[in-house]
Amino acid sequence: MAKLTFTTQKTTWLFAAVLAAITIVVPILNLAVPETSALHVPTYILSLFGKYLAFALLALSVDLIWGYCGILSLGHGAFFALGGYAMGMYLMRQIGDRGVYGNPELPDFMVFLDWQELPWYWLGFDNFFFAMAMVMLVPGALAFIFGWFAFRSRVSGVYLSIITQAMTFALMLAFFRNDMGFGGNNGLTDFKEILGFDLRSQGTRAGLFVASGVALLAGFLICRAIVASKLGKILVGIRDAESRTRFLGYRVEHYKLFVFTLSAVMAGVAGALYVPQVGIINPGEFAPGNSIEIVIWVALGGRGTLIGAIMGAILVNLAKSYLTAAFPEVWLFALGALFIAVTLFLPKGMAGSIKVLLPAWVGGRT
Amino acid sequence: MSDVLYLDGISVSFGGFKALNDLSLVVEPGEMRAIIGPNGAGKTTMMDVITGRTRPDKGTALFQGGHDLTRMDEAEIANLGIGRKFQKPTVFESHSVEDNLLLAQKAPRGPFATLIAKLSGAQQDAIDETLQTIALTGDRHRPAGDLSHGQKQWLEIGMLLMQQPDLLLVDEPVAGMTDAETEQTADLLRQISKTRSVVVVEHDMEFVRALGTKVSVLHEGSVLSEGPLDVVQNDAKVIEVYLGR
Repeated sequence: MAKLTFTTQKTTWLFAAVLAAITIVVPILNLAVPETSALHVPTYILSLFGKYLAFALLALSVDLIWGYCGILSLGHGAFFALGGYAMGMYLMRQIGDRGVYGNPELPDFMVFLDWQELPWYWLGFDNFFFAMAMVMLVPGALAFIFGWFAFRSRVSGVYLSIITQAMTFALMLAFFRNDMGFGGNNGLTDFKEILGFDLRSQGTRAGLFVASGVALLAGFLICRAIVASKLGKILVGIRDAESRTRFLGYRVEHYKLFVFTLSAVMAGVAGALYVPQVGIINPGEFAPGNSIEIVIWVALGGRGTLIGAIMGAILVNLAKSYLTAAFPEVWLFALGALFIAVTLFLPKGMAGSIKVLLPAWVGGRT
Repeated sequence: MSDVLYLDGISVSFGGFKALNDLSLVVEPGEMRAIIGPNGAGKTTMMDVITGRTRPDKGTALFQGGHDLTRMDEAEIANLGIGRKFQKPTVFESHSVEDNLLLAQKAPRGPFATLIAKLSGAQQDAIDETLQTIALTGDRHRPAGDLSHGQKQWLEIGMLLMQQPDLLLVDEPVAGMTDAETEQTADLLRQISKTRSVVVVEHDMEFVRALGTKVSVLHEGSVLSEGPLDVVQNDAKVIEVYLGR
């Protein structure tokens, strides 16, 4: 009897193929299949899953640093939100003179605050490519500067987690202020179109779904390439025995800085995909609780597996969407219970447990 | 030719406690040196100073004549050619034995270099050869965490060899080993010291005897006595320290 083996390489390609298939098939089921058909995917489901794909990319970014390099960031929501704001600024500029006040230059909230001209840091955001560059550069630069100081001073473990949490909290407070110039409490919303396509149209929504799927697939393959390389092995070495890595001559801080920055860029891209699909970005995205929730997705899915992070993000959010609608008061208890149960009974998360159980289970039946 | 390691007047204190007190030690190329001494004598602190983990309050630490070790960090010193084995065996437990050696292998150490690194035939041969030396060829694909205590010690020594250092610092290599393993380890270290300088910190006198090398006795942060084991063991000061209290 042929022995069933689940090599990492095979699993990777299989998973990538499934992701690609979902990215192609779901929009077709939405656009090309008539609404009367049982196979039709309604547009709101499409957008909901598009949002999940953005969350999955965010979870992937956390798994890369936490699962493989042991950096537990409790502030990754900040990078996600910054990417989201950069996209939101582009979408605001796209509104043009169709705002409530009809000012062609200034977004509504600036007119309301009686500002006379666009602040310098809003310049250029009317250009899509500039805005997309900022989606990656702003979170990347913040992560680089933050990481430069933290890793050089050898801040690690729970101390690092606490200062990442403080970072996102500080940003939240800053973005709440009206004079920051990012819409304060209300954030940025009332978007009209992206690249000239109406954000409310079915086609645009399908397009955003595809963009999210492609970004997730790219993020997954990039992470896989990294963890399979010698660099990836060094990251795991840093996670398991940091001083051994140092005494072998590796500059641990450079490695941490590299993955931390890359991870922040991925989180920023996820935020930029999220914002046009939900139609709003506000300082609430910086809330410390959001960042902790990301870590829970990864822990539930299985840290250090990449696939687990993606599955965890999608499944937890699926449960969240259902429970917050059906039993709103139960959701946080359910999330807490789930987290405790996984920690106690599935310490390696869902993916880790499947990896262990599946071959044994299949083997036992044959 | 200059000394491999030159320590002169090194002092380190931790909040009033003098871990090292005017310590001086010279190791020559190709020399093997055993360091013994009671607990708290400063053996591990000395290793910390040499490898850049601890900055001395004063004193000179030179490697191969020209490199000032007191101004460099761990990674820089490791890349100069000083390898260190910890007291507790420290290997990458979730990596295979082979990957442990791969990561230790002398090669460019930057993140971008390792991202695109490909294993060459010569590098694979070097790994195979080291696996032979440390008798782990049959275990090459096992996770290092599954190895026995003694095997981990050997793997760590193998990792040091892959770094191709000029100086090896080995902290208690035979702690927790069986007699047979201890003997093999002595052979292995003698073999290594033919081409590199080795400093061994050890408590086990039988093992030090088996190494058959010059011994330095540390006490309260400085060198108390130096010479062949027989001479040192009969030194009145050493007897005083070991037996007097």
